[in-house]
Amino acid sequence: MSTPGYKSHISSAFNAELEDVRQRVLAMGGLVEQQLVDATRALMDLDGDLADQVRANDDKVDQLEMVIDDECSRILARRQPTASDLRLVYAVIKTITDLERIGDEAHKIAQMARDLSRQERLNHHMMETQHLSRQVSQMVRSALDAFARMDAEAALSTVRDDVKIDREYEALMRQCITYMMEEPRAIRRVIDLIWCVRSLERIGDHAKNIAEYVIYFVKGKDVRHTSLEDMEREVLGSP
Amino acid sequence: MTGVQDRTPITHGIDIESMQRERAGVKLEDETIALEVDKLDLFYGDKKALKSVTMKIPQKKVTAFIGPSGCGKSTLLRCFNRMNDLIDGCHTTGEIRLDGKNIYDRDVDIAMLRRRVGMVFQKPNPFPKSIYENVAYGLRLAGINKKRILDETVEWALKGAALWDEAKDRLDDSALGLSGGQQQRLIIARAIAIHPDVILLDEPCSALDPISTLKVEELINELKKDYTIVIVTHNMQQAARVSDYTAFMYVGDLIEYGSTDQLFTKPSKKQTEDYITGRYG
Repeated sequence: MSTPGYKSHISSAFNAELEDVRQRVLAMGGLVEQQLVDATRALMDLDGDLADQVRANDDKVDQLEMVIDDECSRILARRQPTASDLRLVYAVIKTITDLERIGDEAHKIAQMARDLSRQERLNHHMMETQHLSRQVSQMVRSALDAFARMDAEAALSTVRDDVKIDREYEALMRQCITYMMEEPRAIRRVIDLIWCVRSLERIGDHAKNIAEYVIYFVKGKDVRHTSLEDMEREVLGSP
Repeated sequence: MTGVQDRTPITHGIDIESMQRERAGVKLEDETIALEVDKLDLFYGDKKALKSVTMKIPQKKVTAFIGPSGCGKSTLLRCFNRMNDLIDGCHTTGEIRLDGKNIYDRDVDIAMLRRRVGMVFQKPNPFPKSIYENVAYGLRLAGINKKRILDETVEWALKGAALWDEAKDRLDDSALGLSGGQQQRLIIARAIAIHPDVILLDEPCSALDPISTLKVEELINELKKDYTIVIVTHNMQQAARVSDYTAFMYVGDLIEYGSTDQLFTKPSKKQTEDYITGRYG
């Protein structure tokens, strides 16, 4: 499977623009990934300072989204991209929206970490939450890797991971509910934690979306809102 | 799997401020000005073809003129090297300054002016001579006859016009044997051989196929590193692709002039918007 050659236009300026926009998406992805790692670490360690740092950095993510959006609209206006170029620009516009949302969720987690850091430590479920956060971070990373290489098969495996995340999320929710029934004093703190768990689950969904845009770019097929089986058929070409 | 690239998370050194500056785009106020048009009126007999046009053409940038047929864009382009002087009954008022000097002053040597401001036309017009002689023509006219200098300049100009690789083994062949796209690049080589400051392009791609067009556009993109380029085009998309600044003209008026990014994404005049979106009727 070869990546469409977005670097082989006669116009070197067009090549440079597409490469530039792609690099910026990756830079934004790197920043968002770091935000997620920092936010969950702030949550685990109840580190208020780190949480504040995440909140401060969220602005950079937003600015990057606007810069890249602008660049894309400029490319659309000036180059009238077609075929794989059009799909690339389209995939970029969609991807950065999801990246920005991941940034927002990380921001929310940081906010909860800030609140929880002022309360008595909640020992239950922290381990499970940490496990979920690792899985989600891994999923974001693999979605971005798939984007960097424009690799549809890697994107497919990212989509598959979302099923695991959803299962993990359900299990964790059930535990939280049971714990709240047993320990009503902890309800307030557990609810805060639930918000974080919910954010992590949402981040998984955004990573899945990014993976779907990669498949769209490579295969030219919109696989959103289709079953995993249909997606596999599209990507792997099996009957 | 091909095309595997490493993705190193870049969390530091993202210079958002510089990206934002870039986002603001190029501004005419920051440019060095090559040509200054000041209240230029042009009449064909009694008919006013340009109405008090005032604009500044930036140096080493590509400026495009767009507008419907008869809007005066070619007329304005031809003013820059006084090609309109050749038309009977054509006269101008106002000034065009090249490096501060009004090119319509009485003491201006027109041959000298045209050496500084070269022109390429819609249809490639090579002389019925060899490829080499076509490029060397302007130099010979300027009295340069040393073979070494001619050889060097011809090679340099053909390379500059991205034609060297295709033409180097057939320099003595007739230029008329080249394809349309190659001929147009040859004309550009002929234009740059005499080291002009400004190159005027009057619909240089309208007789070319899409691939040759893209090659000429890529050449324009290269040439702007060394030359000020002004291009007239019927093809709005071409203006969007190649130019840094765009001027929209309509029946002799300069309606809007600004950075190409701005003009094609958020034009300030409704007439411009209607024209570039195809609502002009």
